[in-house]
Amino acid sequence: MTHRLGTLRGLLVAAAMATTLVAARSWAVDTTELADPHLQARYLALTHELRCMQCQNETLADSPVELAADLRHQVRDLLLQGKSDDDVRAWMVARYGDFILFRPRFSLRTAWLWLAPGVALLIGAGVCWRIVRGRAALVDTDTDPVGEDAAQTRDARG
Amino acid sequence: MNRFALPVALFAALVVVLAIGIKHSPQKGMIVSPLIGKPAPQFSLPSLGDPAHAVTSADLKGRWYLLNVWGTWCVECRAEHQMLIEARDTHAVPLIGLDWKDDDARAHEWLAQLGNPYETVAIDHSGSTAVDFGVYGAPETFLINAQGIVVYKYVGPLTRDVWTQEILPRLPAHAAGKS
Repeated sequence: MTHRLGTLRGLLVAAAMATTLVAARSWAVDTTELADPHLQARYLALTHELRCMQCQNETLADSPVELAADLRHQVRDLLLQGKSDDDVRAWMVARYGDFILFRPRFSLRTAWLWLAPGVALLIGAGVCWRIVRGRAALVDTDTDPVGEDAAQTRDARG
Repeated sequence: MNRFALPVALFAALVVVLAIGIKHSPQKGMIVSPLIGKPAPQFSLPSLGDPAHAVTSADLKGRWYLLNVWGTWCVECRAEHQMLIEARDTHAVPLIGLDWKDDDARAHEWLAQLGNPYETVAIDHSGSTAVDFGVYGAPETFLINAQGIVVYKYVGPLTRDVWTQEILPRLPAHAAGKS
């Protein structure tokens, strides 16, 4: 009985999930489908990492404005022409500047952006190391017995 | 050494860095165009006045012009229109309109009602020329020199301040050209 119920519940969950997926697909801003699944994957990746210049905090894929639709068509056309992902990015940057890339390129100007987290981590590690070293040094100067040692000392005394 | 010296110094350094960033940040929402100092994109578009006639970047070469991207659907364009008329009347530089993704009949109506500040208007139905110019919101205005190089770009309705402080000083004495 419980087994049957389990199966039923599983089916219901699956049906609910399928409905959600279908609904999400039909509500999506961008319903472009490229015949080649490989191109489709690249298309989705690119439109998710290019900025909609009009809304500025949305990707091309998520933005409902007309300019985003025009730029998505450009991405599709460039891919269909056999352009590489980097070609598509360069095409966009030539017109809209680095700002269109949600993932900034590494350059002299963006170096601090990419390196700052690593530098912060190193500083943090340095501070950590100093604190640990400082505490370790304290043990030598601490003459009070602790824990088991203290019990042994007490026994010996007793 | 005081144990607070290092954190305070780091904090102070951060304040300085952020202050520099805020001071030098471009106007809010203004994105520096990568086209500045580069040749303006090539285009050949039908003219609004005479669709059989083409407005081309090649024909415009040889003199300075102000390319103004507009559309009748664009609310802010109405706000700048009076300034465009004023700019035309100074005869400082010819204005070329780029009617972006618009309806021709509406565009004619708009110019008849509000006055036509443009020497010529190119029609960009598909929006592809606007995209080549990196346009992301009308109105946008580009100052292009006689060599066809983009000298300056302004995003938003053209104001008297922008006209007198940014555009006029960039023009050579003889920019008015033939019209």
